[in-house]
Amino acid sequence: MTETLNTLDELASRVPDGAFVALPPEYSFVPMALVRAIIRRGAKDLSLLTVPIGGMAADMLIGAGCVRRVECAAVTLGEEGLAPRFVAAVQSGAIEIVDSTCPAVHTALQAAEKGVPFMPLGGLIGSDIVEKRDDWKVVDDPLGQGNGRIVLIPAIRPDVALIHSPLADRDGNIWVGRRRELATIAHAAKTLLVTVERVQDESLLASEATAAGTMPGLYVSALAEAPMGAKPLGLVETYGPDLAEIAAYAREARSEEGFRAYMQRAVFDGAQAAAE
Amino acid sequence: MSAPYSKEEFLITAVARLLETPDVRHVAVGAASPVPGAAALLVRKLKGGTPRVSLIHGKATNPFTDGGREIFDCAGQGRVDVFFLGGVQIDGEANINLVGTGGYPQSERRFSGSFGSAFMYFVVPKVILFRPEHTRRVFVPKVDFISAPGVSDPDVHRPGGPKFLVTELCIMAFDAARRRFRLESVTPGRTVEEVLDNTGFEIDVPAGVPFTAEPEAERLALLRSSVGREIADVYPGFAKDILGVAA
Repeated sequence: MTETLNTLDELASRVPDGAFVALPPEYSFVPMALVRAIIRRGAKDLSLLTVPIGGMAADMLIGAGCVRRVECAAVTLGEEGLAPRFVAAVQSGAIEIVDSTCPAVHTALQAAEKGVPFMPLGGLIGSDIVEKRDDWKVVDDPLGQGNGRIVLIPAIRPDVALIHSPLADRDGNIWVGRRRELATIAHAAKTLLVTVERVQDESLLASEATAAGTMPGLYVSALAEAPMGAKPLGLVETYGPDLAEIAAYAREARSEEGFRAYMQRAVFDGAQAAAE
Repeated sequence: MSAPYSKEEFLITAVARLLETPDVRHVAVGAASPVPGAAALLVRKLKGGTPRVSLIHGKATNPFTDGGREIFDCAGQGRVDVFFLGGVQIDGEANINLVGTGGYPQSERRFSGSFGSAFMYFVVPKVILFRPEHTRRVFVPKVDFISAPGVSDPDVHRPGGPKFLVTELCIMAFDAARRRFRLESVTPGRTVEEVLDNTGFEIDVPAGVPFTAEPEAERLALLRSSVGREIADVYPGFAKDILGVAA
């Protein structure tokens, strides 16, 4: 049963220190307001899984000292270039980095959603990613059909997944549109915390047109309304990214001092915190 | 006097010519690839809809409805003919490094990460390496970290791999059997010597290497109008700054 919570802070308190947290890809459905609330809460020792590519949310959490470990195919600010706090933290050894590759992240979550311990994935062999990961295993074709060597990827079960969606209904069903990997994340994770732009009275399952893009409340642990909750990133069909704000972050976060000043203004200052 | 085209426009048209062969039916373009994306959209426009072009972060230009995994599944099924990859470092055997230089995991210089390269490099028949910066910093004797290997042992299923490398100085072709690049053409105004001076590995240089063709006027016009507007869907900054087209 989906719990409806009143505030972002209540939702943020459901992300315990040390949790293994999955974040959606940067271009849509990123719960930035919730991430800011988690940072204000002072979360510690989080292990992040970016599915499969992280951006501003991951970079802010890392810079704010909330993160112990990151598993990712990449962390980047896209057109704004490298993610500065991620880069600094890896270079200084402040966080543990576990490199992956996009389809391996998807495959690991698909294994978890099927309830199997691992799944095979093609390619990969000869990459140093495989070399550096002691949890992946290269095996000869186990069926003996002459398909050569293949890599087994263990299932990943995040403790918590975080998503921001444009729309929910009163039953806790969430619209995810064609971003089906969000459903896969939800199936694989033990807990799913969702923020939404708005909650409508009509069930999303009432029409097949909306049902096809809906993730049922079955997987949603708790939900809170957070209008403009993906800002400054964009949200599909709702608003575009605030490019000037993202550029300001990319510029200021190049230095530790600049990052702190940005975060004070954009995350901690009374007005911003009260608005959320 | 300013040149009649920008460096990026030159590269877009150079990449576009590599996509004009019958084997190219579907071009997929990953993250942070505005020049390859524009090249693919340009060829599609010129040829009236062929090849199919999929920009994974686009809206109307993104056909995938099964989430972020679909492009990889689609490529694994053999339905993607061309994909683009880059590299912080690329070596003479076409190994690419997108992770970092100077040690691992604590690199002296860390970059974003391998993205989907460790899979796409194996399954897409025509991977084009696109790396404008042509220096010995990029083109090294041996990469510090192999995000994806250029060639594989025979017991690894590998229908795909690198075919071309496009830089601001030249276009090279890759021969997997010989594990070597061969110089195909040089950017107008640059020289073979300049290419060799700035490449940290040995390449084959045939006699009489031609210049890469300059951008065709008709193609420049398309880039600065309809194709520019299409690329603005995904790369608004690039479309505005490079092609002068607002989103």
